[in-house]
Amino acid sequence: MSDATPILRGRVAAVLGPNIDTDVIYPGRYLNITDREKTAEHLFELAWPEIRSRIRPGDFIVAAANFGCGSSREQAAAALKFSGCGAVIAASFARIFFRNAINLGLPALVSPSAAIECREGDELEIDLAAGEIHNLSRNLTIAAAPLDPRAIELIRSGGLIPWLKAKYAAPAAG
Amino acid sequence: MTLAEKILARASGRSRVAPDEIVVAQVDLAMSHENADLVRKAFLEIGVPRVWDPEKIVIIFDHRIPAESEKTAATHKAVREFVRQQGIRHFYDVGRGGICHQVLAENGHVQPGMVVVGTDSHTTTHGAFGAFATGIGATEMAGVWVEGKLWFKVPSTIRIEVEGEFAPWVSAKDLILWIIGKVGAAGADYRAVEFDGSAVRRMTAASRMVLCNLSMEMGAKVAFTPVMEIAPDAGAKYERAIHVNLDYDIPEPQVACPHSVDNVKPVSALADVPVHQAVLGSCTNGRLEDLEVAACILSGRRVHPQTRLIIIPASQRVCLDAMRLGYLETLIEAGAIVNPPGCGPCVGVHQGILAAGEVCISSTNRNFIGRMGSKDSFVYLASPAVVAASAVAGRIIHPEFVMAKENAHV
Repeated sequence: MSDATPILRGRVAAVLGPNIDTDVIYPGRYLNITDREKTAEHLFELAWPEIRSRIRPGDFIVAAANFGCGSSREQAAAALKFSGCGAVIAASFARIFFRNAINLGLPALVSPSAAIECREGDELEIDLAAGEIHNLSRNLTIAAAPLDPRAIELIRSGGLIPWLKAKYAAPAAG
Repeated sequence: MTLAEKILARASGRSRVAPDEIVVAQVDLAMSHENADLVRKAFLEIGVPRVWDPEKIVIIFDHRIPAESEKTAATHKAVREFVRQQGIRHFYDVGRGGICHQVLAENGHVQPGMVVVGTDSHTTTHGAFGAFATGIGATEMAGVWVEGKLWFKVPSTIRIEVEGEFAPWVSAKDLILWIIGKVGAAGADYRAVEFDGSAVRRMTAASRMVLCNLSMEMGAKVAFTPVMEIAPDAGAKYERAIHVNLDYDIPEPQVACPHSVDNVKPVSALADVPVHQAVLGSCTNGRLEDLEVAACILSGRRVHPQTRLIIIPASQRVCLDAMRLGYLETLIEAGAIVNPPGCGPCVGVHQGILAAGEVCISSTNRNFIGRMGSKDSFVYLASPAVVAASAVAGRIIHPEFVMAKENAHV
């Protein structure tokens, strides 16, 4: 079990526009890095390298629609997670990124208006199961889609690998 | 039911499925390229000793071939050893295959009605052969290697009917770029796309692959062109229908301008964009018909002195055919360089990286910031014909201007 819980608290490290592609999140030249922790060194490296240094553990990335479009590279989700990002909140996600994030234990929450109602530095509290975002800095409640219980289960397990590991280890242990 | 619904119903053992239902489907084919190394690591972490079915796994090296660095050489080596240990027969090493999507197609791995997953977003390509084919991440693929199944949300379907005739020098690439320009980069997010209509039914398999391949760039989960073996039901329900008439809608070639694939303009709207590099290749447009049109345009002409032209056949077989038919000879005589069959510079790793300020016209599939090199370079996406013509002219141009006799000097 990781310490990820459905209630998260952190600051907004960046508010980004629509169609943030995975090449911008994690450049193709580093795809031969297969050590997940090391991917963090190249987060947003070409376009906005300063974001990485702004992220404190548990902070959030907020974006407009279609976050994570393009390449299926899982390193994009890994780089966010291992940079300390606690969750990505976007108006919508490209489907492969969404699955990659959940499978790595990185919460990805859909909120149509978060990119409008949050500014960099805002303090947020997020209830993944209820689909609620409280912007504590602005005293606003921002609607989001509740995260699917299966996704919450994977996040609680720390991702698909620990989840499968537990599933296949269970018969031997029992 | 639509094609996506039919295939998912069959693969999940149900009589019917409807959009937004979650189903667990058996996977018929699981493809990976170099990121098989990421999959391998995740698989070993899970701790199950054997893959679910070595016959259903295909591994093809294409992103970094031959190995461009010691690090890549080490990952290639690790995957080769894993493939041997697990008895995975369908492994295409350097010099044995080419770009994964071309190799799967050429070797008959994909059949109509299959569920195909690949650790590559352009896995949608295989809808050209009637498969529900979609991209997944490496960790998820490790789960497939263990269990041979995966959960899917049943997608709603967008139907795209294409009628009319292609104008001269207009091709499947221009059609799909035009569609992406209309619906936007997120316009088909999570959806299936069914292409049909007389114009699609007249297309070659290679051109149908272009439509399904680039559907990914409007977010599609899967895309299909018609096959004989499986068809949507007459009463299938569609979320939306789009009708395209080639004669009226797409009279000239289309170009996706920096830095998004939905930033599409007709070629005539681009006045005097100088081109430093032209790239003809990729899983989108590196097939024999693409090399043929380039050879036709470059025959008896020269690549512009300020431009370099990089040709990348999509596979060993395409390369061999293009050689036997004289296309490569024509292209090399015109001043092109021929890269080995693989992804080449499309993913920004090697074999044609762009410097700051450089402009590339490319038959590939993405023009994101820094996709092919410097964050300050500019990639324009176009058809093979426009790429070849622009290489001759040294600027982005409609092929008709290069081919016209009175302009033979350009």
